[in-house]
Amino acid sequence: MKNPLRSEPEAFRFLMAVIVGALVIAGAAYVNTWLGVAAAVIAVAGVVWWLREEPIPGASDATPRLVSTTPAGTHRVLVVAAPGTESVQVGNGATEVVVVVPALVSIVESLTGDVDNRREEAARTAAALAAALPNARGEVGADDPALAVDDALRVFGADEIVVAGDDDFVRRVRSRVAIPVTRA
Amino acid sequence: MAAHAEHVEHHGPPAPHYSSRITPGVLGMFLFIASEIMLFGSFFTAYFFVRVVNGTPWPTPPYHLPVYVAFVNTCILVTSSFTVHWSLQSIKRGNVWGLRAGLLLTFLMGLTFLITQAVEYSRIGFNTSDGAFATIFFCLTGLHGAHVFVGLSILLFMTIRAFRGHFSAEHHDGVEIGGIYWHFVDVMWIVVYLTVYIL
Repeated sequence: MKNPLRSEPEAFRFLMAVIVGALVIAGAAYVNTWLGVAAAVIAVAGVVWWLREEPIPGASDATPRLVSTTPAGTHRVLVVAAPGTESVQVGNGATEVVVVVPALVSIVESLTGDVDNRREEAARTAAALAAALPNARGEVGADDPALAVDDALRVFGADEIVVAGDDDFVRRVRSRVAIPVTRA
Repeated sequence: MAAHAEHVEHHGPPAPHYSSRITPGVLGMFLFIASEIMLFGSFFTAYFFVRVVNGTPWPTPPYHLPVYVAFVNTCILVTSSFTVHWSLQSIKRGNVWGLRAGLLLTFLMGLTFLITQAVEYSRIGFNTSDGAFATIFFCLTGLHGAHVFVGLSILLFMTIRAFRGHFSAEHHDGVEIGGIYWHFVDVMWIVVYLTVYIL
């Protein structure tokens, strides 16, 4: 839904829409109370519809894909694994590995902030996977795989991303980055 | 949001980045709107219960609401939205005097609105303790008046800054943000005027 107060011109247009709606409601209520109620319902529904239909500036633009570079002579691997993953294979040439496990939560858990158990589960998985890989450390990531990769690449330049998860998990990571992504 | 995570010798924390699906500015505006909806919503809920559920006559006899004075006040406030819009459009074109005139007119009209409301309160003939109708009337219009006061304070700083030459065609965020708030105050007044005075 479009934010009607995103900019001054948009807020001004919203004000005009509210004035028109108020005039319609007042006119209808002057004729008959229930007609006024009906006009109010239609006016509110109309404003909501308008806000939903109005295109959000830039919303249709494709999200830029992340690029990443590393120092010469190194091969850094970012491993992104779903919680509960038991093992991940990484090539022998990796000089540094970071394992990120997104703390995947449901909408209800996200809204209520009930994320502690999910983060603990993600932390356990990250620690176990990192312990099994050379030169590796584990981290808990955001509640969205693409966002977790986004976060990790900002502090850890990687040459390659290894993803352990289902097809949707892999697709979302691939759509976000412009560096090689392989599936574990 | 493009990112380029080079691993070079870096001093200080990593570049600012928000690990969220929406930017801080938009999130802040959503939180502001949500808080205002809850604030005004609680007062409108009280209004609904008093007037619709309890069936309290509106206005409760023998009191009368100064509908026409409030209408003139509404016109003043709506006009002030046009002038603040004009001021922003002016500075976007580099017209500094248009900005100054627009903001000064907006401030004066906002001040007129607030003074008129204060005079209306002093002459209205009832007080906050004179029944549920009077309480809700003063709560809703007073809450809005408080928002106008805050808006006027913002406008005062905007106007002073405009006369000191702080805004230009490239840098006018201070006018944009203040304008958004002023339009919001106007929107809320339209709703208050419609429900309290007209319906």
